[in-house]
Amino acid sequence: MLPKARTGIDGLDEITGGGLPAGRPTLVCGSAGCGKTMLAMEFLVRGATQYGEPGVFMTFEENAAELTANVRSLGFDLDELAAAKMIALDHVHVERSEIEEAGDYDLEGLFIRLGHAIDTIGAKRVVLDTLEALFAGLPNHAILRAELRRLFRWLKDRGMTAIITGEKGDGNAITRHGLEEYVADCVIILDQRIKEQISTRRLRVLKYRGTAHGMNEYPFLIGEHGFSVLPITSLQLDHPVSAERVPTGIARLDEMLEGEGVFRASSVFVTGSAGTGKSSIAAKLVEAACQRGERALFFAYEESAAQIIRNMLSINIDLATWVKKGLLQIHSSRPTLYGLEQHLVMMHESVNAFRPTMVAVDPISNLTLAYDDADVNPTLMRLIDFLKQKQITAVFTSLTSEAMVEPMQENSQLGVSSLMDTWLLLRNVEYSGERNRTIFVLKSRGMAHSNQVREFVLSDAGIDLVDVHLSGDRVLTGRARIAQEEDERVALSTGHADHLRTLRQLESKQKTIEAQIAALQAESEAVHLAIGQESVRAADQQILAGTKRQPGGAGGTQRKPV
Amino acid sequence: MSEREPGDAPLASGHVPAYQLRLYVAGQTAKSLTAIANLHRICETHLAGQYSVEVIDLTKTPQLAAGDQILALPTLVRRLPEPIKKIIGDLANEERVLVGLDVQPGRRAAS
Repeated sequence: MLPKARTGIDGLDEITGGGLPAGRPTLVCGSAGCGKTMLAMEFLVRGATQYGEPGVFMTFEENAAELTANVRSLGFDLDELAAAKMIALDHVHVERSEIEEAGDYDLEGLFIRLGHAIDTIGAKRVVLDTLEALFAGLPNHAILRAELRRLFRWLKDRGMTAIITGEKGDGNAITRHGLEEYVADCVIILDQRIKEQISTRRLRVLKYRGTAHGMNEYPFLIGEHGFSVLPITSLQLDHPVSAERVPTGIARLDEMLEGEGVFRASSVFVTGSAGTGKSSIAAKLVEAACQRGERALFFAYEESAAQIIRNMLSINIDLATWVKKGLLQIHSSRPTLYGLEQHLVMMHESVNAFRPTMVAVDPISNLTLAYDDADVNPTLMRLIDFLKQKQITAVFTSLTSEAMVEPMQENSQLGVSSLMDTWLLLRNVEYSGERNRTIFVLKSRGMAHSNQVREFVLSDAGIDLVDVHLSGDRVLTGRARIAQEEDERVALSTGHADHLRTLRQLESKQKTIEAQIAALQAESEAVHLAIGQESVRAADQQILAGTKRQPGGAGGTQRKPV
Repeated sequence: MSEREPGDAPLASGHVPAYQLRLYVAGQTAKSLTAIANLHRICETHLAGQYSVEVIDLTKTPQLAAGDQILALPTLVRRLPEPIKKIIGDLANEERVLVGLDVQPGRRAAS
């Protein structure tokens, strides 16, 4: 295993599998202003402060005072480190106009100076920035090349972990003067590209002898805390998942999502054309998080923080309170202010510093406007992965073009949407002189979500979702919906009256029948009574007839002689 | 610190020589010795009585290298008259040395 010296630079140690080759020189090359000096300086400063390895910075371009001032903005105090004998600065200045060549020479003076600086502080690390200045200062390149070869050999012999910076050459040349010829162990290329007036910086390990290393180009930036390279470490898709649900703050929207809202640490994508209420939904999610006592971070790329607070207040979302309570931070910046990677790193830094559980980005389409989709996707992927890793729920809004026909609107977000777990689609529906908003859940991974379109109403009472009404194949919203509702209500009440009337009619009919039944019953009873009376009368008559016959009979018996 | 070679720098007492030269070398290498010898010869030929030479061996005093921005060795520095001029090499090319020192050849001590 090749011994490696950690650079302490975010991401670079991951790409190189542990740092630069220890005791060997590494060539860092790139065009002017791409950050070579910063990388080299951070390598030294981190070495001195984190790994206890003192370092010598030999600068051929800027003088020590300039360099000290330049890196102070990154929080590196070279004066202090120099006083502690952890860093030695030596400015080598070669002025071609003061130099006359008269005979044979070598660069022993450079070796002596470097050796002296190394010995003074017991350096383990060396930076030579930029050796190529010597080519301008010394006319005899044959001597210079021979001496450079000797210098690299000498650095290796002394076991110095060194960074040698070099200017990018024209065309395919790695460096202008072919320094790569001497430094064979590790070559790192920095690149700065300007596209649409915005620059992004990238880093690539061109070669690293004897070790595996990341081959890709990695975006990097120089932020407030120094250099950071962004390796796509989380492409393994191994972040923890949560079954916990996070309410959206809009009860009816939660209802559409199994009544519980979205999963924690999932990504919510809200798309729609202008004025469909994307920001409002994002703000609602943020507010809901704050109401639960969680921290939320709002990245705004369209409006200033004050403007968002004012505008959201109009729909009864009071963000100012949460800002005051320290639960909410709103970061507003222009998308074109930095390169995309810079935005990403700013987000990383803010998230790491604030530790929110909810992050809103409003809108990501402003980032995509400024950049190619090809650039945005990996960047967004990194951001989403990063947030998932941190168990942060994220809401991204995206503006789609009104002019696009609807299926195309959905297509336009294809690349990004595959990264999203829940996709809410907002639409404007124009009908009978009104424009109204509708919302539906296009997808929501891992849950049975509603397939219905709802009308989305923003009022000074807040956000509400209302069932839409269908008239034929048309979705009715706004006044048409209200009219429809009224119609239905009226229709309903009319029906009710009919029903009551029928009921009354039936009741009275029943009463009539019951009365008739009662009359008949009474009649029947009367008949029954009559029958009874008749029988009694008949029996009485029989008794009477019997009595009349009896005296005659006795007479007859009496008539019988004994 | 620096080695002053008495015979090489004829300093008239109280008189500041017009040409103050400093020769940086690294040890007693062939290049160093050649440079020292060449410098003597050139100065004696063209600047007799008007110069002083200080020879500095950087292997002994490496901390002096930064002050005059020494990279190449040997380096001859013309400290006076201003502006500072540097001539690098073993001074084998006399003509180039004189151009570097801004001295007219054959001027001798006439001025």
